Amino acid sequence: MTLSPSAASSGRSSGQRPSGRRRARFSPFVRQVFLYLLGLIPAVSDIVRGEMNALGPNPVSFCLHDFGLWAFRFLLLSLAVSPLRRFARRDFMVYRRPLGLLAFTYAALHVVFYVGVTRHFDGRVLRGDFTTRPFLIFGMLTFLILLVLSLTSTRKAIMMLGRRWTRLHKLVYPAMCLACIHFALAFKTWHVEPFLYAALAAALLALRLVPRAEVRTS
Amino acid sequence: MAVYRYPCPLSSEITPRHLFFSRRALLGAAAGGVLAAGLNPAGALADGEAAAAARGWPAAETPTPKNDVTHYNNFYEFGMEKSDPAELSGSFHSRPWQVQVDGLVEHPQTWDLDALTARFGHEDRLYRMRCVEAWSMVIPWQGFELGALLRAAGVKADARYVAFTSVVRPSEMPGQRSGLFSLHWPYVEGLRLDEALHPLTLLATGVYGDPLPAQNGAPIRLVVPWKYGFKGIKSITRITVTDKQPPTSWNQMAPEEYGFYANVNPDVDHPRWSQSSEQIIGEGSLFRAARRPTRMFNGYAEQVASLYKGMDLRKEF
Repeated sequence: MTLSPSAASSGRSSGQRPSGRRRARFSPFVRQVFLYLLGLIPAVSDIVRGEMNALGPNPVSFCLHDFGLWAFRFLLLSLAVSPLRRFARRDFMVYRRPLGLLAFTYAALHVVFYVGVTRHFDGRVLRGDFTTRPFLIFGMLTFLILLVLSLTSTRKAIMMLGRRWTRLHKLVYPAMCLACIHFALAFKTWHVEPFLYAALAAALLALRLVPRAEVRTS
Repeated sequence: MAVYRYPCPLSSEITPRHLFFSRRALLGAAAGGVLAAGLNPAGALADGEAAAAARGWPAAETPTPKNDVTHYNNFYEFGMEKSDPAELSGSFHSRPWQVQVDGLVEHPQTWDLDALTARFGHEDRLYRMRCVEAWSMVIPWQGFELGALLRAAGVKADARYVAFTSVVRPSEMPGQRSGLFSLHWPYVEGLRLDEALHPLTLLATGVYGDPLPAQNGAPIRLVVPWKYGFKGIKSITRITVTDKQPPTSWNQMAPEEYGFYANVNPDVDHPRWSQSSEQIIGEGSLFRAARRPTRMFNGYAEQVASLYKGMDLRKEF
């Protein structure tokens, strides 16, 4: 719906693009919003199916875990943007912010489900959870980092923070590591899935260690 | 063209299966109304509870919907997801089935399942089930007391423990085919002899009035209602009476998280989560899970607390 009025304006702007590139029919902002809304589909689907009683005997835990998983996936995708530009010459930089915000949104849903739906905002229980259980502490730290990064993701914040913004947003790397640990500890036994996700995360983080100079010469 | 349609209700819609099969019990309960009243001090009964009372179950709890009992299972032999056992157990053959009873008994014997049920029969037991993952159900089992089988086998004087072994059939159990990170097969469990002989300890052969479906541990499984669910070993093939504490699967996997006793205890937390409360499966909504405080020994303290007198339950968890 938000697309229709701005579609016309972006149609105009696409005419000004250099001819070699694929023409962008919509403005970057519209594309960002569109991706963000697209990214909310799994959440909407979970909630609708949950309300329709189609998520099995424990819809609460299904949603809790699915939201966490999607947070992880979007965090991975947001971390894939810059390596893609550097090594594959595919520029998805426009989409990095909505991907990061989606990661935060799902992390927030995940936390709200845990704190509210399963623990009924019971302060005593939650204090115990978040002070004594490493599994939950890792998760909470991840969420706090994503919260800070989301709050500083506006254009205004970027301007205000300047160079410090780049340094601050490097916190996404520890966030990714913490999320990997949190995920691996979430099961009664070791599961294969968290390790596959952790391997992807490790690969994306490792790409950042490739020295810049080498790429330039190639 | 007009087609004449007439209503064709299923027979189960006319008389629910459990009521049909319990019609004699209903008559009996009507005759012995005093007993029924004694079991239900609250008076007004929900349908399920009325049926429960009629069958002699304690009526204090509402059974978890059957579909939840049979579709939310931990049975890693079929896969690690709760939905796996129901979905992936289609090729499991629970008949013919034999249970070997051996070790420190006077009469070691390999029982055919039908011989077991013929000899020991089955009775209804409505038990709370508390999973170590902090969720719970109320399940109407059918089965017989493990003690009856052990007494028939003649437990020798030096016996102190009972060891249980489940089944290994990778061709029928997909969870046994993926080796990475899995439990060691066969799944093994154990009880102290006095726990095994306790009248609450059940060998279940049915649930909700039907033979156990594969995902619930067909054809015969252990139910120890005051312990976490993982003690209830499924698809039992061997019961060995011994003088040493037998190894148990989850304890082998993570000894600091799962002890031999695994008694339900709200005061001893799992290292990674609290055990002080539990989610009630089949109740609540998507936006508010039903929870209740977990009870010591899962509410069976009156019956079993004496077994553990003098023990430090924080150490022997």
